[in-house]
Amino acid sequence: MSTALLIEQILNGLQFGVMLFLMAAGLTLIFGVMGLINLAHGSLYMIGAFACAAVAAATGSFWLGLVASLAAAAAAGALVELVVIRRLYDRDHLDQVLATFALILIFSEGTRWLFGSFPLYLDIPSALSGAVQLPGGGRYPLYRLTIIGVGIAVAVGLYLLISKTRLGMRIRAGESDREMIAALGVDIRTLYTVVFALGAALAGLAGALVGALQSVQVGMGEPVLILAFVVIVIGGIGSIKGALVGAILVGLVDTLGRFLLPKLFAAFMGPAQGATAGAAIASMLIYIVMALILAFRPKGLFAANA
Amino acid sequence: MKKILAASILALSMATSGMAYADPLKIGMITTLSGGGAGLGVDARDGFMLALKQSGVKDIEVVTEDDAQKPELAVQIADKMIQSDKVDLLTGIIWSNLAMAVVPNAVAQGKFYLSVNAGPSALAGAKCDKNYFNVAYQNDNFHEAMGNYANTAGYKKVFILAPNYPAGTDSLNGFKRFYKGELAGEVYTKLGQTDYAAEIAQIRDSGADSVFFFLPGGMGIAFMKQYAQSGVETPVMGPGFSFDQDVLGAIGDAAVGVKNSASWSKDLDNAANKKFVEGFQAEYKRLPSIYAAQAYDTANLIISASAKASVKDADAFRAALKEAKFDSVRGKFKFNSNNHPIQDIYVREVVKEGDVLTNKIVATSFTDHEDAYAKDCKM
Repeated sequence: MSTALLIEQILNGLQFGVMLFLMAAGLTLIFGVMGLINLAHGSLYMIGAFACAAVAAATGSFWLGLVASLAAAAAAGALVELVVIRRLYDRDHLDQVLATFALILIFSEGTRWLFGSFPLYLDIPSALSGAVQLPGGGRYPLYRLTIIGVGIAVAVGLYLLISKTRLGMRIRAGESDREMIAALGVDIRTLYTVVFALGAALAGLAGALVGALQSVQVGMGEPVLILAFVVIVIGGIGSIKGALVGAILVGLVDTLGRFLLPKLFAAFMGPAQGATAGAAIASMLIYIVMALILAFRPKGLFAANA
Repeated sequence: MKKILAASILALSMATSGMAYADPLKIGMITTLSGGGAGLGVDARDGFMLALKQSGVKDIEVVTEDDAQKPELAVQIADKMIQSDKVDLLTGIIWSNLAMAVVPNAVAQGKFYLSVNAGPSALAGAKCDKNYFNVAYQNDNFHEAMGNYANTAGYKKVFILAPNYPAGTDSLNGFKRFYKGELAGEVYTKLGQTDYAAEIAQIRDSGADSVFFFLPGGMGIAFMKQYAQSGVETPVMGPGFSFDQDVLGAIGDAAVGVKNSASWSKDLDNAANKKFVEGFQAEYKRLPSIYAAQAYDTANLIISASAKASVKDADAFRAALKEAKFDSVRGKFKFNSNNHPIQDIYVREVVKEGDVLTNKIVATSFTDHEDAYAKDCKM
């Protein structure tokens, strides 16, 4: 095992983590501000990917597709908030889970109805294709480096938005005391719609960026959604900082586990059995990490309302 | 109220008895029409229906239901089809785990099951059944063909990769059964994994001279795109599932030139295949996949058997199925002792015809290939 390979795998873990952060940030924001569990967040990710693929296929430009993915996911998020979610804030979490689960089914079948049952084609833009030379002799795809860059930019942007702007101040106020901020004359309904649309747009952006790497198909959002929930549970529900740290942690643990554990087990058990056993343990690893963190910090690493 | 009810029951029973002419055959089709795997089920259903439409037979009725790729749902649908729809024959399941949940139970109740795709090893060997016919393949077959091809192509150091579930282990075992060189690496990935950067880095590092992978559906699309983007030049190969008509459009040009194995290809030169490919394109405005071809063959096999014997006479119908006297799109077709096909398996190459990606046959890996489990089947 060379250093170049190790560096490459760490970058892979970072890229995966940053992608999870885009999903988890929206999820944790919505939960923190509105106290809502949104299972349909994965559908917004799917909508972003489909919008990007459809617009990129029609216009030939990935960048227009990316803009379309942000717009489509934000619009879908705002619409869903206005029509469905708004009625759920005062209900308990079980009602929210049921209603947003229904939304998953509606979005999935609606997407199939519009786009058909077969996966869509979406490739990375030619400007970002190819690989760059890494120190130590390895090579790394430029597109994945770009995703890491986008993720860091979004993290910085969110930090500035929440700590420096009026909107951010209201979001923080909404997190700590919903009734009071409404009593002070802030239009809480519009604020909720804006936060929901913002979270949706981040999910749509993640969907479009990842859609170019993976396959754009119905149901692509749900596996990511599960991981995003793991991230916000580890990071502390409602905390953007927690989402960032949790996402990077999950990304690194998952990638390095998949890479190192089979090698480790192979040393004891022989290559074939070691590969199977290592792969099996590696797929559980992030849940083991989650369980350990919850055992010592039941509210997650950075609990928002601790 | 009672009168209306009685009258409607009478009317219903008359309606059903009115349909009972010349022993109609009722088929229950359970397949995946929603979720990520829907493309495969839609193709199978469309291929099946095309055969019925082309034949013009009137006394075969098909009930179709969506299993959403969930074993428990497939079991419920099968029960319902057997108990209340009174079907004579079941077919349509794409996935091996669903087939394992449905098939043993259905055949134990005296129903026929004809597989359009799934071919788990258990049902080919010790648990084979006289009423279970697999018209597609035994799961290992395409992988065995690729292992055999790797020898011919002169590969000595292959990196192999599959998801960590039964069909994945079957796949790599099938490949290793015929491949004679050494392995540069053997990796099992998580089922449903969509990011393969970690595995691709290992491939780059391993010094392999080629890569064999089995990643059905969206997993394969993701792997191929990321592989092409990574700049690794090592040639890849795999079973036909990862390079069939349903996914090629989504992979794009990255797939061009890749060798893959299948028992069917759209350019197979025989009259039945021409009629199938042209008919499918005219009816559905797209090219058929292997799943459509296998389902089309299944429907034609059923039509041929029901012309010879009534399904109510199970022994005669079974014998007629076993004869397999129908025009297969694969050119030739016969059943082995375990009711699984003996067939040729080809190596195909992904090519671009105009703007459309598709496959063409470049070699024959096996002639009259049998599966490895037939000897365990005591029928």
